[in-house]
Amino acid sequence: MRFRRLILTFIIIVPLLTLLAYGFFRDPRYIPSPIVGRPAPQFTLTLFNGEKLNLADLRGKVVFVNFWASWCPPCLAEAKELEGTWRELKDRDVVFVGVQIQDTEKNGRAFVDEFKITYPNGFDATSKIAIDYGVWGIPESFFIDPDGRITYKHVGGLGPTIVAAKIGEAKQKIVSAKEGKGEYQPIR
Amino acid sequence: MTAAIGHTSVLLALLLALCGMVAPIVGHRTGKAVFFAGTRAAILGQFILVTVAALALIYGLVTTDFSIQYVANNTTRATPIYYRVTGLWGALEGSLMLWEWILIIFSGLVAWTYKDRHRELMPWVLMIFSIVSAFFLGVLAFASNPFATVFPVPLDGRGLNPLLEDANMMSHPPLLYTGFVGLTVPYAFAMAALIVGKLDEAWIVTTRRWTITAWFFLTMGNLVGAYWSYHVLGWGGYWAWDPVENAAFMPWLPATAFLHSVQVQERRRMLKVWNLSLIVVAFSLTIFGTFLTRSGVLSSIHAFSNGPVGTIFLAFLAVILLASFGLLAYRADLLKGQPQLDSMVSRESAFLLNNVLLVSALFTIFLGTIFPLLSEAIAGTPVSVGAPYFNSAIVPLFLALVFLMAIGPMIAWRRASWDNVKRNFLWPAVASLIAASVVFAGWVRDFLPLLGVTLCAFVAASILFDTALAARARRRLAGEGIFRALRTLASRNQRRYGGLVIHLGIVLIALGIGGSMSYSIERQATLGRGETLTVGNYHIRFEGLRTIEQPTHYRVEGAFQVSHGARTIGMLSPALKFFPNQQAPVGRAVHRSTFSEDLYLILSGFSELEKNRATLKVLVRPLVVWIWLGGAVIALGTLVAIWPMKRKNGKLTDES
Repeated sequence: MRFRRLILTFIIIVPLLTLLAYGFFRDPRYIPSPIVGRPAPQFTLTLFNGEKLNLADLRGKVVFVNFWASWCPPCLAEAKELEGTWRELKDRDVVFVGVQIQDTEKNGRAFVDEFKITYPNGFDATSKIAIDYGVWGIPESFFIDPDGRITYKHVGGLGPTIVAAKIGEAKQKIVSAKEGKGEYQPIR
Repeated sequence: MTAAIGHTSVLLALLLALCGMVAPIVGHRTGKAVFFAGTRAAILGQFILVTVAALALIYGLVTTDFSIQYVANNTTRATPIYYRVTGLWGALEGSLMLWEWILIIFSGLVAWTYKDRHRELMPWVLMIFSIVSAFFLGVLAFASNPFATVFPVPLDGRGLNPLLEDANMMSHPPLLYTGFVGLTVPYAFAMAALIVGKLDEAWIVTTRRWTITAWFFLTMGNLVGAYWSYHVLGWGGYWAWDPVENAAFMPWLPATAFLHSVQVQERRRMLKVWNLSLIVVAFSLTIFGTFLTRSGVLSSIHAFSNGPVGTIFLAFLAVILLASFGLLAYRADLLKGQPQLDSMVSRESAFLLNNVLLVSALFTIFLGTIFPLLSEAIAGTPVSVGAPYFNSAIVPLFLALVFLMAIGPMIAWRRASWDNVKRNFLWPAVASLIAASVVFAGWVRDFLPLLGVTLCAFVAASILFDTALAARARRRLAGEGIFRALRTLASRNQRRYGGLVIHLGIVLIALGIGGSMSYSIERQATLGRGETLTVGNYHIRFEGLRTIEQPTHYRVEGAFQVSHGARTIGMLSPALKFFPNQQAPVGRAVHRSTFSEDLYLILSGFSELEKNRATLKVLVRPLVVWIWLGGAVIALGTLVAIWPMKRKNGKLTDES
């Protein structure tokens, strides 16, 4: 009788403790984006050179959209890498788009000049595009396949290996099951 | 040097704690009383050493000894002296130091108070204290050392989290920790009773005052925390059902249940296992709270540092739960043979229902808090539940609890007669219905707020009615004046009248929460200089911005001329504080409280280019001030309940 009660106590308490211990093996800030695998929200971005870029016009190409700000350290870290990757891939039906958010346009222009960025960049002053894409950290990047569907989302800084690999996947229209993570910088 | 003194004291205290753990067992085996005396000496020694360590850390903070990592992280040369002292609980290591300090003060007080009593229980009580103390000292010595040094010594420190630079942060953490630690006293006595197998009412009667004291600090800790959130965080709310808030609130529920159910055990010798379980759960939840806060397993607005501490606390929680409930299961044979409930209409059934509701609330909040873990473990995706879940689940439970606050204290034990029910509740019911119709005719037309007001009025009326009857009886009997009669009543039955006053305080809090939840108005607008925003009866005119230098930061203040109807109230100046080490500004909202409503202004932003525009958020929140006044009434009630009024042969009695 006494033994049965002890067993019963363990049966109740141990799973609870196991559940709590399980907490150590997950990231509580991980929020899966519902947008991956869905059509990318349309936007028109006024570029720093005054031209207008319409996402709909890029159908048939792989589009890499990068949300950044001049004050964010991981953005500084990835800027050169992204420009390098862009120069390698730009003739292969790939378009890079930089969307500057949570910042001033002046700082954005200085940033683009400093890193000699040649792919289209513009300032999303009202953060409308960022909100449509559910951006909550800077930088965040999205890969869009030729059908206009988001195949992968990456939170944090990116290196050339992942960008090239994920562009390759987007070309084949392969949707990633999980979003990626890098250096993380929350919007305040 | 300071660091060396502190760290050595912690290590020596740990050694003593380990001795204190072992001594009663050796004493029990060998039958030598000297080992029991050794346990007491170990507690006393720990008290001295931990006090030395805590004072060393405070000394380091006050003298800005940046060779200590903790000091460098939590003060700067510019930090005012009082925030240097409060830096003791500004981060993890210091908080644990404070916790251990309070724990050992409680242990010392218990050892000293019962030095000649409870000879059988005391060695085991002090052993439990030593185990808990050894755990915290072990963490302080090896996992989260507040005396870790840093080299090279930085020229200046990083400073306290700016949100903690507030007067309420001086009191909120110590109050909460005192509440948490205070629950160790009934827990230690409960465990000692289980170990010895002496499971009568002695442990409950002995720990009554301690439990009420712990409960009081827990209540105040939560209320001051809510006030801090309201006053400093600048979002206009006082409770967000954040995991860390829930962690502080959850122990309050079983502690409150325990305060009520022990009365049933004292009176009727029922609910023995239940009471033991409640106190184990309450104590475990204080450790669970720290685990939750410090482990980072759930995301919270309270961004505390992570580290190995989370794992260690989980391990300790496992030990407590398995050992305590294991012991309870082992001793369950001794807990049999309880009387049965005589009638559903009785005080014990009202208390039982109160317990069921409080434990349901605990379960609801616990489930909601760990839901992201649960859903990810089972379904693979984390799903959080927020305020809507908690509010819709908790509000009905708490309304029912308010109703029981009127019934429980008035209804008869064992079996209430129809006469008893009619005598105690007829007039209060009539009074509450009158109050409800007045409020209905006035302004409140929604069901839940109306129900809330009616129930609150019912409780208040039943308490006032009962007290008035008792006072009248005393005036007739002893010819005392009204105040004298009330005094005699309170001193003759401190717990009852203390409890009733506390119930009045809870009623005020319920009114405040109900009013502010149901009838708040919120507006936001960007204003140019001279423009006016109208919210309710308030007109708020923007007069301009100014910048002020402060010792640790600079602040941008907006000046707003406020009038209510035709009456001018004056200038209110919400601000944004810019700290050099922080990327984002910290808001400084201002509010103006009256008994009927609070006006709350938040400066959400201003344009750097156009100095004459500011974005203002305005909230009008009815009855908020009653939440804080309710807290004051609870403090008064606690005093009535535990103040040593009645003396017998110059000694305090346990019966009061």
